[in-house]
Amino acid sequence: MYEFLDDFLFSYQSLIYALGINGLLALSMYVVLAIGQLSLGQAAFMGLGAYTSALLTLKLGAPFPLVLLASMAVPAVAALIIGAPTLRLSGVYLALATIGLGEVLRIAFVNSELTGGALGLSGIPEKAGYTLIFSCLALALIAFVLVSRSRIGRAMEAMREDEIAAGMLGVHLPRYRLSALVVSAMLAGLAGALNAHVSSFISPNDYGFDAAVTILSYALLGGIGSPFGPVVGAIILTLLPEVLRPLHDFRLVFNGLIIVIAVLFMPHGLVPWRIRRTGARA
Amino acid sequence: MNGAILALENLTVRFGGLAAVDGVSFHVEPQTVHGLIGPNGAGKTTAFNLISGLGHQNDGHILFNGETIDDWPSWERAQRGLARTFQNIRTFGEMTVMENVLAGMHAHVGGGLGATLLRLPSFRAAESAAIGKARDILGFVGLADASARRAGSLPYGDQRRLEIARALASDPKLMLLDEPAAGMNPSETASLIDLLLRLKARGVTLLLVEHDMHFIMNLCDRITVLNFGRKIAESTPVEVRSDPSVIEAYLGTKVGERLEAGARVR
Repeated sequence: MYEFLDDFLFSYQSLIYALGINGLLALSMYVVLAIGQLSLGQAAFMGLGAYTSALLTLKLGAPFPLVLLASMAVPAVAALIIGAPTLRLSGVYLALATIGLGEVLRIAFVNSELTGGALGLSGIPEKAGYTLIFSCLALALIAFVLVSRSRIGRAMEAMREDEIAAGMLGVHLPRYRLSALVVSAMLAGLAGALNAHVSSFISPNDYGFDAAVTILSYALLGGIGSPFGPVVGAIILTLLPEVLRPLHDFRLVFNGLIIVIAVLFMPHGLVPWRIRRTGARA
Repeated sequence: MNGAILALENLTVRFGGLAAVDGVSFHVEPQTVHGLIGPNGAGKTTAFNLISGLGHQNDGHILFNGETIDDWPSWERAQRGLARTFQNIRTFGEMTVMENVLAGMHAHVGGGLGATLLRLPSFRAAESAAIGKARDILGFVGLADASARRAGSLPYGDQRRLEIARALASDPKLMLLDEPAAGMNPSETASLIDLLLRLKARGVTLLLVEHDMHFIMNLCDRITVLNFGRKIAESTPVEVRSDPSVIEAYLGTKVGERLEAGARVR
């Protein structure tokens, strides 16, 4: 039995890692969608975290816990800096501005000596593992559930439903927008660092527009009624290409078809139940 | 003037060449019901938006409890005791009735991020207290039985009540009500008048925009009349009713008769 499990874990190691990492990315998307913002900077923040962590490990040999903290701190600072001008935007304009941020960062990675240019960085030691990745995901999920069922969660849902009405109830809108963006950046940065330290190689193209849209699709497929939706979406969209492997060339067609069907017929996502918003029995 | 809960001083806002609110001054005395009336396009809702911080005036000042609040964003005005409802209902449709009221308490419920994440006793106590208070408020507006329902599934009149309950939850000193009786049938309107009088008895000052003259005449202690952005009259209901400029402002519509009718019903 254990032998089978070992074999299984060995064969599908990178896929299982990807489930946890993409789950974190889905939560990073969730936190901005949960207050009604469409920000597509998650891939850029992930890249920032990945490069920060890889450089600290490779060039400075910094201890891994410190590396992880830095991989969250650097994107958080970046979010604070870009938050001030971009959070005046909303809707599709914010999405465009954050896509722009991603492209700027990607081009910077491609052209910088320090980051290894278009070839990226390789030889990153494998320091993360199942325990670390899934503990991070579990902790993040628990934190989201606890926050959702509180005054903060109510304010977030109120903002998503009607920002003007939420403001008229005393919700400090700019503070919530900026906090959501910072938390989103930290989670994406952490996911980037974990990914860099299990895949041994990172390159600028991992963090471009495609990645941004993929992360958004996790949340769209899963639904944003609760934090579980996006994680379920990430798991399905990560597994789907593997499960559909027997279809060979039709795989991507099928993959796309499933997403289209889900969006058309399940507007609230695969996990439509919304989370309770009270911290005690009502 | 001194002791006014709200004072507008020469308030002006222009949209391009149009002065939607043009040099309007009036004040609202504490624990009164103050009506703001005028024909369509008179600038009533625009004035409400300026008072609640959803727009910004080009000129003039707004004083709330004696403090100039011109530069305060809407959430700060709300935190200091200014609440409002909207002409088009803006309850949070996906949330339950109870959660709507709890959201209204945002500024007053305790529990920081740390206490929330660790579910400290202080957090649980604050949540339980908030739920208890929300239940009282729902009882007060007559929605006690609906607390677990989705707000969007309530009938129209109840959604209006819920919006008032949510505003009341923020412990306001002044509540702005933008056409609270719009779309209501006579019996709903009658029970709304009753609710608003009970609100007044609770010590909440009300400033309301309304087209239903019967409603206005029965409820208001004082009325300000706007026309084309300017204040044309301010007085008690009895005097406003017979003011020639007010009657003229309604451009020959039968408002004079409607006002008289309101008096007869009373």
